[in-house]
Amino acid sequence: MTTLIVNGQRHDVDVEPDTPLLWVLRDTLGMTGTKYGCGIAQCGACTVHVNGAATRSCSVELADVAGKEITTIEGLAANGVLHKVQQAWLDHDVPQCGYCQSGMIMAVADLLKNKPKPTDADIDAAITNICRCGTFQQVRAAIHAAANA
Amino acid sequence: MNYAPKLDRRSFVIGAAAAGGGLALGLRLPFGPDIVRAADGSPEVNAWVVIRPDDTVVIRIARSEMGQGSLTGLAQLVAEELECDWSKVTTEYPTPGQSLARKRVYGDMSTGGSRGIRTSQQYVREAGAAARTVLIQAAANEWKVPASECSAANSVITHQPSGRKTTYGKVAEAAARLEAPKNVPLKDPKDWKLVGKGVKRLDTADKLTGKQIYGIDIKMPGMLVATIKDSPVRTGKIKSFDAAKVAGMPGVKKVVQVGDSGVAVIADSYWRAHKAIEALPIVWDPGEAGKVSSASIAEFLKGGLGAEQAFVGNRAGDAKAAIAGAARKIEAVYSYPYQNHATMEPMNMTALYTADRCEVWGPTQNAEAALAAVSEESGLPIGKCDVHKFLCGGGFGRRGRVDYVRQAVAIAKEMPGTPIKLIWSREEDMTHDGYHPVTQAKLTAGIDAAGNVVGFHMRISGQSIAASLAPDRLDPDGRDPIVFQGLTPNSPEGNFGYAFPNLLIDHAMRNTHVLAGFWRGVNVNHNAIYTECFIDEVADALGQDKLAFRLKFLKPKHAAVLKAVAERAGWGTPPPQGVARGLAQYMAHGSYCAACAEVSVSPRGELKMHRIVAAIDPGYAVNPAQIERQVAGSFVFGLSALLYGECTVKDGAIEQTNFDTYNSLRIREMPNVEVIVMPSGGFWGGVGEPTVSVAAPAVLNAIYAATGKRLRSVPLMHEGIRTA
Ligand code: FES
Ligand code: FES
Repeated sequence: MTTLIVNGQRHDVDVEPDTPLLWVLRDTLGMTGTKYGCGIAQCGACTVHVNGAATRSCSVELADVAGKEITTIEGLAANGVLHKVQQAWLDHDVPQCGYCQSGMIMAVADLLKNKPKPTDADIDAAITNICRCGTFQQVRAAIHAAANA
Repeated sequence: MNYAPKLDRRSFVIGAAAAGGGLALGLRLPFGPDIVRAADGSPEVNAWVVIRPDDTVVIRIARSEMGQGSLTGLAQLVAEELECDWSKVTTEYPTPGQSLARKRVYGDMSTGGSRGIRTSQQYVREAGAAARTVLIQAAANEWKVPASECSAANSVITHQPSGRKTTYGKVAEAAARLEAPKNVPLKDPKDWKLVGKGVKRLDTADKLTGKQIYGIDIKMPGMLVATIKDSPVRTGKIKSFDAAKVAGMPGVKKVVQVGDSGVAVIADSYWRAHKAIEALPIVWDPGEAGKVSSASIAEFLKGGLGAEQAFVGNRAGDAKAAIAGAARKIEAVYSYPYQNHATMEPMNMTALYTADRCEVWGPTQNAEAALAAVSEESGLPIGKCDVHKFLCGGGFGRRGRVDYVRQAVAIAKEMPGTPIKLIWSREEDMTHDGYHPVTQAKLTAGIDAAGNVVGFHMRISGQSIAASLAPDRLDPDGRDPIVFQGLTPNSPEGNFGYAFPNLLIDHAMRNTHVLAGFWRGVNVNHNAIYTECFIDEVADALGQDKLAFRLKFLKPKHAAVLKAVAERAGWGTPPPQGVARGLAQYMAHGSYCAACAEVSVSPRGELKMHRIVAAIDPGYAVNPAQIERQVAGSFVFGLSALLYGECTVKDGAIEQTNFDTYNSLRIREMPNVEVIVMPSGGFWGGVGEPTVSVAAPAVLNAIYAATGKRLRSVPLMHEGIRTA
C-alpha cells in the first residue's frame, strides 16, 4: 500500500511501487485527464504538479511520490472556478485536438507561479511540451494573457 | 461532445429499431407515431437535426473531429441555414451502423484529404434548410396561416403580419411529422451571417479540465487492457513466443497471438500489460524484407530517376526535346524521407465481442471502414457490429487506417463478453505506421539563349500510397494519380501553377515493403519542395527576382496568394539585418497557398525562423479564426518534418521508436505565423492540410537566400542545420 495525495484527496493504492505515477493516476485512480504521449519524459503530455513543481508523471515511480502532494489537471480549477491558465485557454480557443493540453496547461501553470510575467524567452525555456497539432502560437498568446489576468 | 460509453446509443434507440422500415426511406406520415427520436425522446426534425423542448439544437456530425475544427465548421453550415440560436447548438456523432441501417443517410463518414467540410457542405446545408422549412411550416400550421407569412431567426419563428412568435423547441414535435421538403434553395453566400465568422470551437471546455474522454481514456465495467507487439518488419511473421514466461506476472490475464505477426498481452491495467509484453520473449522471422535498409531503398529509388518506364502526370509540348535542344540545362536531385504521423494520442481501440455482436469504441477517421473491419475480423454480419467514435487525439491521416481496429477485435474475440482496450505504446506507434512515402526527384529545366525556360521536366521516383493502401485507386495501367497532387494540368484538387510551354511530370513507381500512408498534406509535401525549390534555383541561375520570375508563369489564383504574402512580408524591401526571405506557393487539397519565410542562419548552422507570412484561398472560409489556427499549426507540422522528420530502415524495420529519435518542433523554435485568409469564392477548398505544403519550401528557399547553400534533402538535421 502506498499513500498518495491527489488534488487534496488521500488514496491508498496497491500496485507495484515501480509503476509510473502516470499509470497509477490513469489506471488505478481512474483519473484520465493526465495523458500518455511517450512514456520517456519527452513530450510533456503527462505533466502534473508534485509538491507544486511541474513533473512528467510518466517518469516518476509511485514509490518516489508517496505522501507527496500531487495536483492533476482535474484539480487545477478551484471551487469550480477555472484557473487563470484554463480561462486564458478558453478565451483564446487554444486547443485543437486537445490531447497535449492537460500537460501544456499544467506546465504553464507552474511557469506562471515561478515567473508571473514571463517573457517570450522565459516561455521558450520553460515550455518544452510537444503539440503535434501545432497550437504554439495560441499557447504563447494565452500565456501572456493569463499572466496579465 | 463527450461520449462516455455508458451513454452509448443514447440517441437513435428508436431510429435504429425502425431501421429498414418506412422511416429509413425518409417517408413521413402526417399523423403517424413515426417520429424518429433521440434517446431522450426529442424529435429528429431530420437525420441531421434534433431539437429538444428546451430549444437545444443537436446537430449530427458525420465526419471525425481530430483537432482540425470541422465539427464546428459543419455545425456552422447547418446552423446558418437552420437559422437557429448558435448558443444553443450542441453536436453528436451518429455511428456508421446507424447510418448504414438508414440507407447511409449520413453519407461518407471518412475524414481525410481536408475534405470534411468541402465534400459535405452541400448536403449539410440542405439539411439545415430543410429543417428550417418544416419548423416554419409547423408553426404556420398551428397558427393556420400561410408559411410564406412566417420567418425564422435565432430559433424563433415569427408570423410577420400578426407578430406572433414561437420557438423551434415548441414546434419541433409537429415539424418532425411533416414530409421533408425537396429542393429548398440555399442562401447566397453574401447573405451568410454565421458562416464566414470566426466563432469559437464548440469542443473546447472539456479539453481544459481533463474531462474530455478520448478513446485511450475509456472505462467500462470489467474492462481489461491489452498491448501489442507486431512484427518490427512489416512483412515478418511470428516464429515463436514464450507465454509461460510472463503468465505469472501481476495482473496478466492472457497472452494471445494476433494474426500471423503480432502478440498481445491482456492484463488488468496498461502498465502491467506493458511490463509483461516487454518481458515476453518473441521471435519473428523477418523474411526477405529483413535485408532492406534506407541505403538500399535510396539506391532503388535512384534507379527510377533515369528509368525508361514512368507514369505521366502532366505533359505539355515536348519537354525532353526542348531540354535537349536548349542552350543551357539546369538540373537538381532532391529527396524526401519516410515520416511518422506521430499523433499525440497513440493508436487505441476498445472492443467488446460476443457471439452475436461486436462493437468498438475509439478514435477513427474512417468510421465506415472501421465498421467493415469489425465485421470482417469478428466474422459477424455488419448489422451486428458498430463503431463508436471518440474525439481523436490527432489524426493527420493515420487513423484512416483500421489496422489497430482489427487487432482490437481479434484480441477481444479471445475473451468474449469482456471489453478490452488495446493501447499501443509510443514505440509500437512509431514503428508501425503507414509512413509518409519516400521519394526522390530529378528536375531539369532547359533554358534558351535569351534566358527563357523552354522545357521543364520533373521525374519523381518513389513510393505510391495507393499501391500500399488503396490499390482500387490505381488506374488500370497501375498509375497512381494521387502521386501527382498539385502537379496536374487542371485538377480542382490541385493543379500545377506554372504554365511552361514544354512540360513533363512523370513518376517511376518504386514500392518497398514499408507501408506508405496518407500523411497530413499527403504527396504535396515533397511535390511542393521539388517544384518550389527548383523554380527558385532556376530563377537564381537566370539572375531573376524570385517573385517576378514566378509571376511570369503563374496562373491567376496561384499568383494572387503569392503576391499577397510578398506584399505583406515586404518583398522588394530589404529584410532586417542578417535575415533572408524565401517564397513558395502551391495548390493543394483544393486551396491556393503561399508563404514567405524570414530566417537567419549563423555561420555554425543555427537556424532561426523569425517570421512566416502565409496565405490561403480556400474559396469559401467557413471559420476564418479556425483557419488561421489550422494554418499556423500546419507550419508546426511542416517545419517539424523539415527539421527532424525522418524514419530510417535497418534490417527491414523502422529505427526511430519515440520522440527522442523522432523529434517535433517546440515552442521556442516556432516562428510567428501571420495568416492571410483570402477566400475568393466560387469553390470549396480544404484547410487542414494545404498549407503544410509551403512551409518547407519557403524556409528552404530562405535558407538558401541566407547562406547561398541549396539543401535538397530532408530533414535538415542531417544537413548541418539546427535551431538556434
Ligand atoms: S508521456 Fe510523459 S513526457 Fe510524454
Ligand atoms: S492540441 Fe493536438 S497535440 Fe496539441
